[in-house]
Amino acid sequence: MTALEALPDPGQVEPTGTSGAGPWRAAWRRLRRDPAGIAGAVIVALFVLVAVLAPVLAPYRPATAEWFGQVTPTSVPGPSAEHPLGLDSFGSDLLTQLLYGARSSLVIGVVSTAVGLAVGAALGLLAGGIGGWVDTAIMRVVDVLLSIPALLLAVSVAAVLGRSSTSVMLAIAAAQVPVFARLLRASLLSQRGQDYVLALRSLGLRQRRIVLGHMLPNSTGPVLVQATLVLATAVIEVAALSFLGLGDPEPRVAEWGRMLVRAQDRLEQAPQLALLPGACIAVTALGFTLLGESLRQALDPRSTR
Amino acid sequence: MSLLEVEDLRVRFTRRGAADVTAVDGVSFSVDAGEVVGLVGESGCGKSVTSLAVMGLLPRTARVTGSVRFDGTDLLTLPPRALAARRGRDLAMVFQDPMTSLNPVLTLGRQLTEVLRAHTDLGRAAARREAVDLLARVGIPDPRRRVGEYPHQLSGGMRQRVLIAIALACSPRLIIADEPTTALDVTIQAQVLDLLTTLVRESGTAMVLITHDLGVVAGTCDRVNVLYGGRVVETAGRRELFAHPRHRYTTGLLAAVPRVDAPEGTGLRPVPGSVRDLLPWARGCAFSPRCAHADDACRSGDIALTAGPADGGPTGTGERAPHAARCVHPASGTPARAGGGAA
Repeated sequence: MTALEALPDPGQVEPTGTSGAGPWRAAWRRLRRDPAGIAGAVIVALFVLVAVLAPVLAPYRPATAEWFGQVTPTSVPGPSAEHPLGLDSFGSDLLTQLLYGARSSLVIGVVSTAVGLAVGAALGLLAGGIGGWVDTAIMRVVDVLLSIPALLLAVSVAAVLGRSSTSVMLAIAAAQVPVFARLLRASLLSQRGQDYVLALRSLGLRQRRIVLGHMLPNSTGPVLVQATLVLATAVIEVAALSFLGLGDPEPRVAEWGRMLVRAQDRLEQAPQLALLPGACIAVTALGFTLLGESLRQALDPRSTR
Repeated sequence: MSLLEVEDLRVRFTRRGAADVTAVDGVSFSVDAGEVVGLVGESGCGKSVTSLAVMGLLPRTARVTGSVRFDGTDLLTLPPRALAARRGRDLAMVFQDPMTSLNPVLTLGRQLTEVLRAHTDLGRAAARREAVDLLARVGIPDPRRRVGEYPHQLSGGMRQRVLIAIALACSPRLIIADEPTTALDVTIQAQVLDLLTTLVRESGTAMVLITHDLGVVAGTCDRVNVLYGGRVVETAGRRELFAHPRHRYTTGLLAAVPRVDAPEGTGLRPVPGSVRDLLPWARGCAFSPRCAHADDACRSGDIALTAGPADGGPTGTGERAPHAARCVHPASGTPARAGGGAA
């Protein structure tokens, strides 16, 4: 979604731009011809749609435990006319839970990636744009962050901040910051020696103007790709954190990760309780990955397809 | 006083763990207002480094000494900010490779208006109109449409025209063109060169034209400085240089130009050796290892740039010698094969 919204082209910035012009348009055309990219885009679009329209699509309200009486210690009711996917172990409608689960994954995934991107890109911009000791100082901190495994970092942050959806977002964002910082810095550094930057300097443009007005726009491609790929990881990490009990403490919020936890002791009687949310997580992550990879190829000027 | 006076310019690159490299070893030349001056020489003779030094665009590892006076102010001692304010407005540069010298993700309009808005107080709309005008001036057809296009939609020749438009945008008083036609097709080279010289002459802009192509020099320059080993080895008016080259390197270069009217079966006559066979100028003529006329006199210390007896022109201080060469055994009279292209 972030990816899709960003795609419609910079032609809007330049009203006189002819149709079919511009690197973004070319990338969009290439993306449309890639089956994997289309599959990814469809999955992502479905995921967003479900998340946004959950209240409309879901047959019931989430986490009502209305049918708790039908759940026995030895069995959970399976699919029926009223409940297409059956009930969960707490007596709520499973389909409703899954649909609402998309909501929290989307919100937490997008917010955390946005925060990670903003902070990481800002650090990368300072490091790559200014250079010198600023670069050294920032990148050493980033190296330290990067040396801690992402999930471990997220777990520590979540543990320190306490259990809340905000801390989950910050935890995941913290794990993404070094990725974006390094990516943007590398992209800026690789452009520094390019002819067009020298040409801009020969025109007397200020360093700040060159970095913000020229080098940064040249880096949006790789950053956009990375953001899409990172969203896949974020969806998994949201589930992982709530699986570990570090998620939103509010039990009535439907969450795929928590559904997995609750399914654990009923794996034999009702495997669908684990399989369905698991499949949702996997498919969503796959969608973002497919879209990201396809986007990477579409934006790569060397790929000629 | 000339518009640009480069005196004893030296550029040394310091490298960690290796000996320093002297790329420019005491270059002096001057450019009058409205004059087109050529810097000629083969790869590695210091042409590009000289131009970057004048513009103050060398990396920090470069040690630059000497003086570069532009309109009386020494650019080398100017604080970076003040120098940046003059770049693009007073002096501008046209680079060699039009394919990589434009930002691929911005429209031509953006790249043109940016310079205008940085150095003038034109508003957005006015800058845009000016950009269209500039594109029209450099002969881009349908400029109103082109202004919204991206670099990859233009051919190499068109892109070089755009770069010329950008360099000329703020009507600078001096343009440094570093091999402006080298990366272009031969058929386009003449067009672009024509355009550049026409525009420069029209607007009274002075130009330093850096090239290795003597044909380019013959067609455009008022004065020519031949560089070798980071120094000017010969300086003369264009006609004079082609008619009576004096330095042995210059005669070698002229003899090496292939000619259509040469008798059939005549081979190419390259200058033997390579630029790497350098003698430090302090010990004698840097060209002597490659020179057929060199003897011990050429290798006994620094050689001064001296005006030839043939001209008898004024060589007083401040006045430029009309024709001077840094050679112990200068060629006299006409070269082996006179450069007829000079006319």
